[in-house]
Amino acid sequence: MAVAVVDYKAGNLKSVDTALKYLKADYFVSDDPEKIILAERIIFPGVGEAKSAMDNLRETGLGDAIKQAFAAGTPVMGICLGSQIVLEHSEERNTPCLGLVGGTAKRFEPTPGFKVPHMGWNQVSPAGKSFMFRGIPANASFYFVHSYYPNPDKEYICAQTEYICTFTSALQYGNLFAVQFHPEKSGKHGLQMLNNFLEWKGNA
Amino acid sequence: MLEKRIIVCLDVRDGRTTKGVKFKENIDIGDPVAMARLYYEQGVDELVFYDITASAEKRGIMIDVLARVAEQIFIPFSVGGGIGSVQDMRNVLLAGAEKVSVNSQAVRNPGIIEEGAGLFGSQCIVLGMDALEDKTMPSGYRVVIDGGRKPTEMDALAWALKAEQLGAGEIVLNSIDADGTKNGYELVITKMISEAVQIPVVASGGAGVPQHLADVFSLAKADAALIASMVHFGTYSISQIKDHLFAQQIPVRMDY
Repeated sequence: MAVAVVDYKAGNLKSVDTALKYLKADYFVSDDPEKIILAERIIFPGVGEAKSAMDNLRETGLGDAIKQAFAAGTPVMGICLGSQIVLEHSEERNTPCLGLVGGTAKRFEPTPGFKVPHMGWNQVSPAGKSFMFRGIPANASFYFVHSYYPNPDKEYICAQTEYICTFTSALQYGNLFAVQFHPEKSGKHGLQMLNNFLEWKGNA
Repeated sequence: MLEKRIIVCLDVRDGRTTKGVKFKENIDIGDPVAMARLYYEQGVDELVFYDITASAEKRGIMIDVLARVAEQIFIPFSVGGGIGSVQDMRNVLLAGAEKVSVNSQAVRNPGIIEEGAGLFGSQCIVLGMDALEDKTMPSGYRVVIDGGRKPTEMDALAWALKAEQLGAGEIVLNSIDADGTKNGYELVITKMISEAVQIPVVASGGAGVPQHLADVFSLAKADAALIASMVHFGTYSISQIKDHLFAQQIPVRMDY
């Protein structure tokens, strides 16, 4: 019973891998839906484009595995693209997504003076209390690289960040927690967040 | 608010950092992994490793350095130098690098940007560009390659726009005129390119004091600034530089 890192060919898993190793987590990287369902917790990373990621999740059965595990109460942590495709829909190539939580992934509006992708360190302001932010100061900076952002139904907003607009940088719904930024590349606060997930019971 | 990034550059030859360093801390001063670790603890936002290994057969040493960096440093880092194929790109990305940087090789074969962006995503592909002031060029700057030794027929601004169109996700713009002078970044070309492209621009070459970073961020609109000797020689620490920028209301990551 360990942490499963879902490998669905969406980007490089190396930094999640090394961060978990550093934290001495009991984890494995897998593309096998049966192993994912049985895991104690699931990390769902991903960099890339929503449509091809969803196609891959559908073809491999990994999407269904994540849905089933989520329904059974397994703590799930989405990272980057993983925070967008847990929603119902993405504006990126008009893609239907996993629908674990209500909402849609939106593209940043082109705005003079702002570059897209949003790339670099930016502050994350928690909206309320979440165990996942334990030991992390309010407005700590995390590392982002993205052109789309999750826009979940209001009640699931866990933290927000300012860039072009005020967008959701962390969302939470029951045993699902997902972040648009990369905790695995965000220094000590990012490591703290991953460590929190290793202890999170998925309910607070 | 998106913060301005401070990036430390380490030149690595045969597994060792080559620029002279004078740390007072008790670390191996030529070991790029130990240096990277120190800068990470001081709050650097990103690192770049330039592989200046002369021979191809020693490339494996660099991969080993990167793997050791990835094990203990949890901020983005990129790798440049000697990247001539998508296989080279794959090797450094799999070792844990966030991005790869192509420079002279991309001038000789611009297709490598497109190919790399298609395989790994634009966010992984950085164009490194060396520019030299030249009034005969349309933008006033000429692209030079091979470490600044060889002039090309390319205009710096045109090349930046072309690279963006091919799929580069970021540009590291190094001014050959400013490099090594410690008199400050070349603000004119930095501003020109930063305003012309949609992708982030990293200013490089000429930093000597913290105010040079403040200038390139506020006057030339750079998204990030590369530094080397001003920290390698122990003249400044990363936190001193950040304190200086913060005091001028320049957004930088202060909590690390």
